[in-house]
Amino acid sequence: MKVLMFGWEFPPKIYGGLAVASYGITKGLSLQGDIETTFCMPKPTGQEEGFLKIINMSQVPVVWRDVWYDNIKDRFVGHTAEDYYRFRDHLYADFNYLQGLDDLGCIGFAGGYPGNLHEEINIFSIIAGVLARSEQFDLIHAHDWLTYPAGVHAKMVSGKPLCIHVHATDFDRSRGKVNPTVYSIEKNGMDHADCIMCVSELTRQTVINQYHQDPRKCVAMHNAVYPLSEDIRSIVPNKKKGEKVVTYLGRITMQKGPEYFLEAAKRVLERSRNIRFCFAGSGDMMNAMIELAASYGIADRCHFPGFQRGRQVYECYKNSDVFVMPSVSEPFGIAPLEAMQCGCPSIISKQSGCGEILSNVIKVDYWDIDAMADAIYSICQYDALHDYLAEEGMKEVDRITWEKVGLRIRECYNQLTSRGWFDNQEYLAAVKNIR
Amino acid sequence: MKTICLYFEIHQPVHLKRYRFFDIGTDHYYYDDYENERAITELAEKSYKPAMQAMLDMIAENGKAFKVAFSISGVSLELIEQYAPEVLELLGQLAATGCVEFLAEPYSHGLSSLGNAENFIAETKRQAKKIKQMFGLTPKVFRNSSLIYSDEIGALVADMGFKGVMVEGAKHILGWKSPHYIYSCAQDSRLSLILRDYKLSDDIGLRFNDASWSEYPLMADKWLGWIAGLPEGENVVGIMMELSALGYYQPLESHILDFLRALPRLAKDMDIQFATPSEVLAKNKPVSPLEVTYPVSWNDEERDTSSLLGNGMQREAFNKLYDENIVGRILASRDRRIQQDWDRLQATDNFRFMTTKNNGMGNYRGIYDSEYDAFTNYMNILGDFLKRVKDMFPESVENDELNSLYTQIANMGEELNVKDNEISRLRARLKQLGSTEEEEANKPAAPKPEPKAKPAPKKRTPKETATKKPTTKKK
Repeated sequence: MKVLMFGWEFPPKIYGGLAVASYGITKGLSLQGDIETTFCMPKPTGQEEGFLKIINMSQVPVVWRDVWYDNIKDRFVGHTAEDYYRFRDHLYADFNYLQGLDDLGCIGFAGGYPGNLHEEINIFSIIAGVLARSEQFDLIHAHDWLTYPAGVHAKMVSGKPLCIHVHATDFDRSRGKVNPTVYSIEKNGMDHADCIMCVSELTRQTVINQYHQDPRKCVAMHNAVYPLSEDIRSIVPNKKKGEKVVTYLGRITMQKGPEYFLEAAKRVLERSRNIRFCFAGSGDMMNAMIELAASYGIADRCHFPGFQRGRQVYECYKNSDVFVMPSVSEPFGIAPLEAMQCGCPSIISKQSGCGEILSNVIKVDYWDIDAMADAIYSICQYDALHDYLAEEGMKEVDRITWEKVGLRIRECYNQLTSRGWFDNQEYLAAVKNIR
Repeated sequence: MKTICLYFEIHQPVHLKRYRFFDIGTDHYYYDDYENERAITELAEKSYKPAMQAMLDMIAENGKAFKVAFSISGVSLELIEQYAPEVLELLGQLAATGCVEFLAEPYSHGLSSLGNAENFIAETKRQAKKIKQMFGLTPKVFRNSSLIYSDEIGALVADMGFKGVMVEGAKHILGWKSPHYIYSCAQDSRLSLILRDYKLSDDIGLRFNDASWSEYPLMADKWLGWIAGLPEGENVVGIMMELSALGYYQPLESHILDFLRALPRLAKDMDIQFATPSEVLAKNKPVSPLEVTYPVSWNDEERDTSSLLGNGMQREAFNKLYDENIVGRILASRDRRIQQDWDRLQATDNFRFMTTKNNGMGNYRGIYDSEYDAFTNYMNILGDFLKRVKDMFPESVENDELNSLYTQIANMGEELNVKDNEISRLRARLKQLGSTEEEEANKPAAPKPEPKAKPAPKKRTPKETATKKPTTKKK
């Protein structure tokens, strides 16, 4: 089975959770053995893992240019020069009016999330038209709203079933005040999709209720985590005796609810001074949080180490006694799973999708700062609770693997390719035994 | 002749309120009054009152052929007194029929049998005393909270002078043996064990209204037929459950009470009788000792204490609660609020709410969301409680010292008692002498010798003499 997949991020270049999820899903699928994935992304680094075929959208032509093989053969990152000529044979319209064309007839992407994002999304979908004409595939899989237009375009051209993966909706990001342009792109993508994979039941309900989709074609496809590498497992925690560290890790922005964490911190610190609070991450509310902490007089106990990457993230988890994710609305939230892998007990908001598959975590409403403070205090105070959550949590999270996610996605693919539509009820019956 | 030994547990936990850690040290009231009132009145209306009324009718109709036993934990008795006194009325009526026996159990419905023997004995005696006070019957048979039993507990119970104890007829302690005989405690042969037949008990308490059960609907004749069909010699059938099974877990609409009402008449036809635990023990002698090395209980399929003390959180709470230092201080103190809080915090339900075991029936967790919530809340309250206990006496005072001080006080009290007795004896003697003098001498002289004898008694006595004077005058 050949899958044409559109994505925006892929490791090693990581901007957020999307890259990790894209990696896990493709890896899980590759473990099936008979699924060939072609992953189209704006700007690969060339250091991606080789289990899937990468197509560099920055080097797919939209305009015919006469170029010599010998001159260009070494210039490609991702796909090859041969691919380039095949793509060039399938140009479908005159895009000479576009700005930013290079000598290959391609348009380069900046990568990441630049200011002209909407423009890039548009160009991404134009290029997808070329790919849809030149590649052979059985189905299309598009990750996150940035690639929905590309997926829809590819579906229009090829007539193959479209599966879209909802990693987040604008309702989560904006606390309900959606950006109409983004909403329209999301809604259009969902309307055209044959199967909508949502990262949790919570997101599925948002898709059904806010985007008015048929529940039958929406499916909750929970994320998973990869086992930690030896390198990370061998990190020795650097804990000070008699002092506890409570960590918040993620963007410091409205969606993640950092102010609730700070309020809880204030309550805990009124009672016990030997606890430190760490706000790892950056974001638009960071300065406001620092000011708030100062106004509460707890700035000496609150730390803002900034954005953490790679190994630092795991060091952060290992050095923490409690991990808190107070998200106001979290489609999935992979961070608590990673914390649990490192043996760090987690407190998550009930509004987090990952709570649906976790039981060895403490769940509180994001607004219930008293309960959050109470939970933080208990884990710091009672070793029995800390140890139980750490131990059982680690066991639990080890059972959540991408391989199983791959099996579940495979089931969806089978339904789509065999008859062209998807039914959630039948899917649930089929995956009952994948635990 | 087959004998059914029917026994019901009456217990309702005192629900703790939402107690945050920042309340520690500031708020010393731990209970959710609303939930407690709601829960106990609901239980009383749906279950206790109709069930007890039915039993009263059954006793009246069947010429006292129907016998039943109850055990009521002290903490729920307090709740019932406060919120549903009409249940006490019914219990009193039942007690008066002579067909009902009350069993002893730890006052708190707690785990002190596993945690602290001294406290276990003290609170069991307290419970027995309260039952005697309220219903005029002295318990002779014991049942532990959640029917927890092991050889060691058996030995303690025997030492307290109980003749028998109710025990779960768990497969892993019985092996090939039948639960339908009386056994004796392996460590103390004075104590007999009445075993619970969990199959026949759960048929009523658990499965009665379960439409997916192969024997549904259960009729009284079918159920009694199973008992009548037991092999020759297997004479005692222990049917034990919570009283709330009648009417609450098995709703009244399921006709569970009609099932119950039908039992005595049909039993008579099948030559099956009812008996209270004491009667059973009087008629049946133990066939052999039964060894129970590890505690058994009537909880879950495992029938051990794993749903109460199975995970680290429960053990942590348990160890904190029964810390020897703490228990010593509580037992030494005479503070009634401390005592009441201690009773209520010990109740097994607090531990049951923290279980992480999946028992397949869904866990009832009271006011809590999850096991972690239950643990957090309980530990916060316990933290405050332990702090109060520690603050009661200066930390420098060792428990032994405290005890010796208290024994000193107790000894002095005894001494005073002896002296009081002596005084009243002497006074009576004086009076006697006085009255003989009275006969001899003229009357008005009589009161005078008494004040003269005063210096001997201590300062308390003038009051007594004051009250006594009028009576002598009347004479």
